[in-house]
Amino acid sequence: MAVVENLENLPSPTTERPIGFGRLKRKEDLRFIRGEGSYLDDIRLPGMVYGAVLRSPYAHARILSIDTSAALDHPNVAAVVTAKDLETLGLAWMPTISYDTQAVLAGDKVRFQGQEVAFVIATDEYSANDALALIDVEYEPLPAVVNARRALDPEAPLIRDDKSGQRDNLASPTWEAGDEATTDRAFAEADTVVTRDMIYPRCHPAPLETCGIIADFNPETGQLDIYNGNQAPHAHRTVYAHVAGLAEHMIRIRCNDIGGGFGNKVPVYPGYVCAIAGSIVAGVPVKWVENRTENLTSTGFARDYIMRGEMCSKDGRITGLRVDAIADHGAFDSTAQPTKFPAGFFHIVCGSYDLQASHVKVKAVYTNKAPGGVAYRCSFRITEAVYLVERMVDALALEMKADPIDLRMRSFIAPEQFPYETTTGWTYDSGDYAKTMGVAMEMAGYEDLRAEQAEKRARGELMGIGVSFFTEGVGAGPRKHMDILGLSMNDGADLRVHPSGKAVVSISAQTQGQGHETTFAQIVAEELGIPPEDVEVRHGDTDKSPYGLGTYGSRSTPVSGGAVAVVSRKVRDKARMIAATMLETSPEDLAWEKGRWYVKGDPEQGAMIEDIAHRAYSGEPMPADMEGGLDAQVIYDPPNLTYPYGAYIAVVDIDPDTAHVTVRRFIAVDDCGVRINPMVVDGQIHGGLAEGVGIALMELISFDDEGNCLNSSFMDYLIPTALECPDFELGETVTPCPHHPLGAKGVGESPTVGSPPAIVNAVIDALNETHGVEHVDMPCTPARVWAAMQGRPEPPQ
Amino acid sequence: MHVSTTVNGEQVSGEIEPRQLLVHFLRETLGLTGTHWGCDTSNCGACVVQMDGQPVKSCTVLTAMCEGHEIRTVEALEVDGRLDSIQQGFHERHALQCGFCTPGMLMTARALLDENPDPTDHEIRTAISGSICRCTGYKNIVSAVRWAADHEAAASPQEV
Repeated sequence: MAVVENLENLPSPTTERPIGFGRLKRKEDLRFIRGEGSYLDDIRLPGMVYGAVLRSPYAHARILSIDTSAALDHPNVAAVVTAKDLETLGLAWMPTISYDTQAVLAGDKVRFQGQEVAFVIATDEYSANDALALIDVEYEPLPAVVNARRALDPEAPLIRDDKSGQRDNLASPTWEAGDEATTDRAFAEADTVVTRDMIYPRCHPAPLETCGIIADFNPETGQLDIYNGNQAPHAHRTVYAHVAGLAEHMIRIRCNDIGGGFGNKVPVYPGYVCAIAGSIVAGVPVKWVENRTENLTSTGFARDYIMRGEMCSKDGRITGLRVDAIADHGAFDSTAQPTKFPAGFFHIVCGSYDLQASHVKVKAVYTNKAPGGVAYRCSFRITEAVYLVERMVDALALEMKADPIDLRMRSFIAPEQFPYETTTGWTYDSGDYAKTMGVAMEMAGYEDLRAEQAEKRARGELMGIGVSFFTEGVGAGPRKHMDILGLSMNDGADLRVHPSGKAVVSISAQTQGQGHETTFAQIVAEELGIPPEDVEVRHGDTDKSPYGLGTYGSRSTPVSGGAVAVVSRKVRDKARMIAATMLETSPEDLAWEKGRWYVKGDPEQGAMIEDIAHRAYSGEPMPADMEGGLDAQVIYDPPNLTYPYGAYIAVVDIDPDTAHVTVRRFIAVDDCGVRINPMVVDGQIHGGLAEGVGIALMELISFDDEGNCLNSSFMDYLIPTALECPDFELGETVTPCPHHPLGAKGVGESPTVGSPPAIVNAVIDALNETHGVEHVDMPCTPARVWAAMQGRPEPPQ
Repeated sequence: MHVSTTVNGEQVSGEIEPRQLLVHFLRETLGLTGTHWGCDTSNCGACVVQMDGQPVKSCTVLTAMCEGHEIRTVEALEVDGRLDSIQQGFHERHALQCGFCTPGMLMTARALLDENPDPTDHEIRTAISGSICRCTGYKNIVSAVRWAADHEAAASPQEV
């Protein structure tokens, strides 16, 4: 075994590169490569006991009786909790993040397979799981509804009979955006119209670490300590205060290290509430960690949109779009989205095009499937929207016999049109779409690829080139428009520069691997000239960080990053005043260079940030009316969303004998504005592209007619390995965000949003001319593609 | 039942439940939480450790099967404060994000390089294909293994 120099002995990052933005290696790596991360299941508290959840085998059934006596007789079992016990605590039902209610433990009936029915607490994990088999539940099975269209049938069984006045399976009234009349006119005047039905299937974020919690209630003090890898610790604390009736200041949530989130770790789940209730009752710490099957079948599914799109063109340009969608929320509507947006940001579906008109309708239904849905690496349904519009553009191009890139180029919003108001009400901030598309074409060698495709086609080989161009709205959001459960979607930052000039910045964003400990230190470094290694980023502890709504919807850099930039500038402004006193001049006579205020016209006269910090805490005079210390705090309210975009090109080969699709090349050109750490940005894009490959080709949560989940482990829920992922080719353009303090736009979700339509467009591009295939629903598995090649309808899921 | 095995060079013995999985023995009994579990079905590779130098999924090995064998976990990669080159490579090439798959990836890649010091990219991809990473898209992991291979080659005397 060969060894190399210890990490600590390597040159400091600042000797390799200037302070601030750039490819700085990550500060957080060391503990992870040593196996010293602190994930939820790594934490052990004295006296801790273990919970396990008994789940329903039926998708829809009445509960006739629950007998827990045999489980209670198990020598290692401390308690078995059922809905009856929770009712006495007022915890049998909990609010969802979409103002619906969800059963914590089922009392009246079960509404999806895998629903929580009882919670066993035992001295060890093996015993807790053994005891599940000793609980006897008598069910009366009821007909299940798993198809969202069938759920709308007047004859369909009523799922939510717990809700008074609920007489059908509609989860919310039809929601609309855009304008119907002008859209009808655009279609009436159009040269070409295409219609496509498509499904964005149910899939799952499946972070490698599943969800879990340790609840530790101290009956003496009334303090509730929670360890829980979640994406929004402050919001969770507020929810627990409401749900459990506990004082918010007596709840502390710690998220140490999180093994991926991707939206799965946004909501509060029944298992969390059970563990909290268990700890309150038992007075000892209770740990519950879901296994992989529980993860895939009960927490955090995504998508499940059934969509009909119609798109039209006139004089060679795209002019109108009509969308009718059904959102399948499963048994309880716990979809993650801001209050005023019941279909999330789905109405960004008009995409990157200068449309004359558009009209979008979405209705939401209950089915006997796991509740949700979360936005799997997606800003609130933008993924579904981008998929639809980018598939529609390709369908229209086919109909028009136009090159799909030409049609996009002719229809793009032009750079001089920004800020651009879309026909569904978004105000895009900045962009130069044609330029980014051009970079992607050049990187891909688009003309050569078309020539290669023609040659291969002549030889009977199937090769496809697929394009997508997406615009996302991320960084929710402005408090005048956006809240979740009444909580504004703002984020705080608290920056303290210590007397030695080293700093601590506390943030409300919650990393799940995004590299915040590095990136946010770089923002302070860029703004104040303090080396990033001297800036400690504190997060993941509600006692030690300011209030904010956490990390999802690509909001860390757009919102928290804005907060850190603004708080750094406040500190810099204070430092200027102090420097003026130190240099016996007026603040207006000072100029800033990284890390130093100096006298204009006499650059030798200046004060370094560390000297200013020392002065701020010393006994020396401060500016008049100024308190000592060098610190500041802000709550950042973003003025608008940010609108990153990108041009993606996928090259696929399809085996004519097996219909197996291989992504041979993938070119991704992202414009996410200014990049703080391009290495981290590239890493985010690689990971998101891999998830996009999975969604397009492999990942699917499906059900049989009785509501049995058919993809309940990694044997059936297929995730790309290193062999399914190509060697991704990345490019960039930089169009700064005009309203973000750093010009940054956020990037984490772009690749997952943009890549599935590129891959499906490539599959259709490979098969349309030879096999007449117009559409294949994702995931494009060999069975589905083969059926499409034979002109048959898709095989059942 | 009684089991006696070697973990990271140290002799370990004790009473265990016959059904106990190695991953639980390492994490719960020995407190070696660097080895993770992610799927229960031997698909994800978060639990990979080395058994007599071969990568194995410790969620699919019973502790009882380790009698007389040598187990090596991520905690043993760093020796006397010196990181293994594969650890260094992961840092150099940004081959980790959330870090959850990292220990399993490291042990898999270490075993690959011990057997094949100069693998092709395809050999690297094949070797790690039993492990899932949700964050990196694998590109930088391949690059990190390549980094380690190159640095180990440079550190070793050339064969003549």
